[in-house]
Amino acid sequence: MIAVNTVYRPGFLSIEVNDGHLYGTPIDILRLSAPLILVALGMTLVIATGGIDLSVGSLCAISGAIACLHISTATDRNSPSTVLTALALAFGAALVLGAWNGLLVAVIGIQPIIATLILMVAGRGLAQLITEGQIITINSAPYRAIGLGHFLTLPLAIFIALAAALLVAAFTRRTALGLIVESVGGNAEASRLAGIRSGRVVFLVYVLSAACAAVAGFMITANVSSADGNAAGLWIELDAILAVVIGGTSLAGGRFSLGGTVLGALIIQTLTTTVYAMNISPQTSLLFKAVVVIAVCLIQSPAFRAKFRRRRSDRTPGPAAPQRKKEQVPA
Amino acid sequence: MTGSHPVLTMTGITKTFPGVRALHNVDFRLFPGEVHALMGENGAGKSTLIKVLTGVYDTDEGIITLAGEQVFLTGPMQAAAAGVSTVYQEVNLCTNLSVAENIFIGREPRRLGLIRWGEMRRRARDLLARLGLDIDVTAQLGTYSLAVQQMVAIARAIDVRARVLILDEPTSSLDAGEVAQLFRIMRQLRDERVAILFVTHFLDQVYGIADRITVLRNGSLVGEYRTAELPQLTLVEKMIGKELDVLERLDEQQKRNIAAPSDSTPLVEAAELGRKGGVTPFSLRIHAGEVVGLAGLLGSGRTEVARLLFGADRADHGQVRVDGGKASLRTPIQAIDRGIGFSPENRRAEGIVPELSVRENMILAMQAARGWLRPIPRRRQDELVEKYVKALRIRPANPDLPVRHLSGGNQQKVLLARWLITEPRLLILDEPTRGIDIGAKAEIQKLVVELSDGGMAVLFISAELEEVLRLSHRVAVMRDRTMVAQLDNDTTLDADRVMQTIASGTHREEVNRSTPSPSASAR
Repeated sequence: MIAVNTVYRPGFLSIEVNDGHLYGTPIDILRLSAPLILVALGMTLVIATGGIDLSVGSLCAISGAIACLHISTATDRNSPSTVLTALALAFGAALVLGAWNGLLVAVIGIQPIIATLILMVAGRGLAQLITEGQIITINSAPYRAIGLGHFLTLPLAIFIALAAALLVAAFTRRTALGLIVESVGGNAEASRLAGIRSGRVVFLVYVLSAACAAVAGFMITANVSSADGNAAGLWIELDAILAVVIGGTSLAGGRFSLGGTVLGALIIQTLTTTVYAMNISPQTSLLFKAVVVIAVCLIQSPAFRAKFRRRRSDRTPGPAAPQRKKEQVPA
Repeated sequence: MTGSHPVLTMTGITKTFPGVRALHNVDFRLFPGEVHALMGENGAGKSTLIKVLTGVYDTDEGIITLAGEQVFLTGPMQAAAAGVSTVYQEVNLCTNLSVAENIFIGREPRRLGLIRWGEMRRRARDLLARLGLDIDVTAQLGTYSLAVQQMVAIARAIDVRARVLILDEPTSSLDAGEVAQLFRIMRQLRDERVAILFVTHFLDQVYGIADRITVLRNGSLVGEYRTAELPQLTLVEKMIGKELDVLERLDEQQKRNIAAPSDSTPLVEAAELGRKGGVTPFSLRIHAGEVVGLAGLLGSGRTEVARLLFGADRADHGQVRVDGGKASLRTPIQAIDRGIGFSPENRRAEGIVPELSVRENMILAMQAARGWLRPIPRRRQDELVEKYVKALRIRPANPDLPVRHLSGGNQQKVLLARWLITEPRLLILDEPTRGIDIGAKAEIQKLVVELSDGGMAVLFISAELEEVLRLSHRVAVMRDRTMVAQLDNDTTLDADRVMQTIASGTHREEVNRSTPSPSASAR
């Protein structure tokens, strides 16, 4: 994809220094993919337990709406304390909603897709209620910085996503949470009989997913300095699920790969950006996404690879190489 | 029967998995109208050979011919179409579909593209009647016992008008009466010139029905023999590849000394523990260092007793005392905290987590007990895993291999290791030796003895009475979901007496339906 881009637009890979900040398409892609990375990280854990969280898009909208509402009603919109309070409020609300998802799935035992569908639908309504059906526009420099600010010449959003990825990685791999999540997703009954309290783990991952979605919601609304209960984070749950699957985590649960998910999110964002940059209408971009997803899934399918190898054993699958190159960028 | 040409030949079959060489240059042939036993220890390559034969796996090298023509089998459906039909070790059916649907799935009788349900049910009933089974074919398969499910799987296999019928451990979940029934069917099919490939771990059954025997060891062919010309001892030697020492060890264990523990406080005491629809209230005391056997027919409530003691199911009657103090065992983790471990009967569904590695499967229970915030340091994990891989002789000895790549017996050993790592005081073993070979079986039996000598209490559940009698200090007998007796394993106790107890319990019903005798299966 990077190759295609470079051919079509010679300036694609170039990075300029402007005003002490780095600019360029690769940087844009990283910045724009930050919310998706966040949502997809939470989604990875949920999917690894064998569940799914459809409500993350609505959660983005809700958290964004609460934060913006608080800032817009405050007297001093630019004071850091106002912004921090707003963030804390919205974050807390997201945790409560995540706990609601966890309750439905882990305690009451509703199937995850249905349980989170409730909040997916109801959450949009809730976000609209918060914004009273309006688009709340705010003018707050600190809040804006979450989406557009810079730090060490790079957009702040990149650092937030990176920090979240490292945090989730540490949270799962430095503790036994990752193993336990994989065990529950791999065989829930065997895990229970091995003494794992799977209910708690499942509950926890939904809360974690909501937390990730909340931060993504801040970024999305900060990017445009406004909260639109209807549009913020729309369909991001589907992109996130895609990112997770492209990243190599099975929808059936079990083994998960956070690195793969980050990569998957970057691929999706690169694709979106490419489609826009090449002046293809946004409507067709969905079709392009579908094609790429099919390609990636085929590359990952062992059966397909086996056939591919048998047919032309001399050729190695090409697309893997450029993807790997990109992985080095955020690291 | 050998005068004719073989219906199936496999020549130079080689199959390698990442980290495992499952088959190496194996030859195999099968004649019409014979029952041919495929023998070998766990991991010898029996299941792999069968999967190659049924098109589940590709071969790396080798040629398969059916009726003289070379075939390339790419999948089970294609193999079935070529006349190779299989009943797998673990029942591979859809428990949420009806019995009739399971038998005809994928090849339903149709007219104009629509399924003819009446016809399907009728044919299903006929087929099962041939197997001597009279059940409601419209009922969900899951409502029947594992044994009935196994018979349904066999019915499905023989309906495909198979030239080659493969039975991969079909008897491991059947009781003696059902085994006899199965053998009757097998003889009937043999007389119809079907070639039957039979895999089992029960030597008695091999000598009861097989005409010829092929032995595999470590993925290589040892040889092909006529059953009549191969004494049992020689067969075992060929399977394990060493002379007799395992058998000697088995002999040493004959009959435990009845070191029946005193009347000190029992480690675990169940008082009128029961659960509606599970098991009627029972009382049982287990002392430290004691092995209590649990005998009874399939479905007699053995597993239910174990699950209540472990908190896998919740009791609605009675209570449990641990060390004399009342204990609430409502979830597995509570039982684990009290020092109880439980290796379940159904390894694949309730035991292993297939895609996790050997190491991860082993440390799972210990990690669960510690909670996820306190991970076991990697070095400690490696120490523990190395220790038990060595002690239990787990093969391949690669801790990072996903456990699903291991054979059944080695998976069982991984499960044992999972519990031994937690250093339990009471270990509940539900059918720990089912479907595993004689070498591993002897190892596990020996391990039970060692553990109990070391002070661990063991509740040992097995369908094989000899095994129960060999290991237990005391035998509790289950019948119709009730504990009908507890017998001290003194010199007067033998299999016959236990069987009489099972047969003549205190309950109504036709008692003698299948008074099992472990050797009855042989004839």
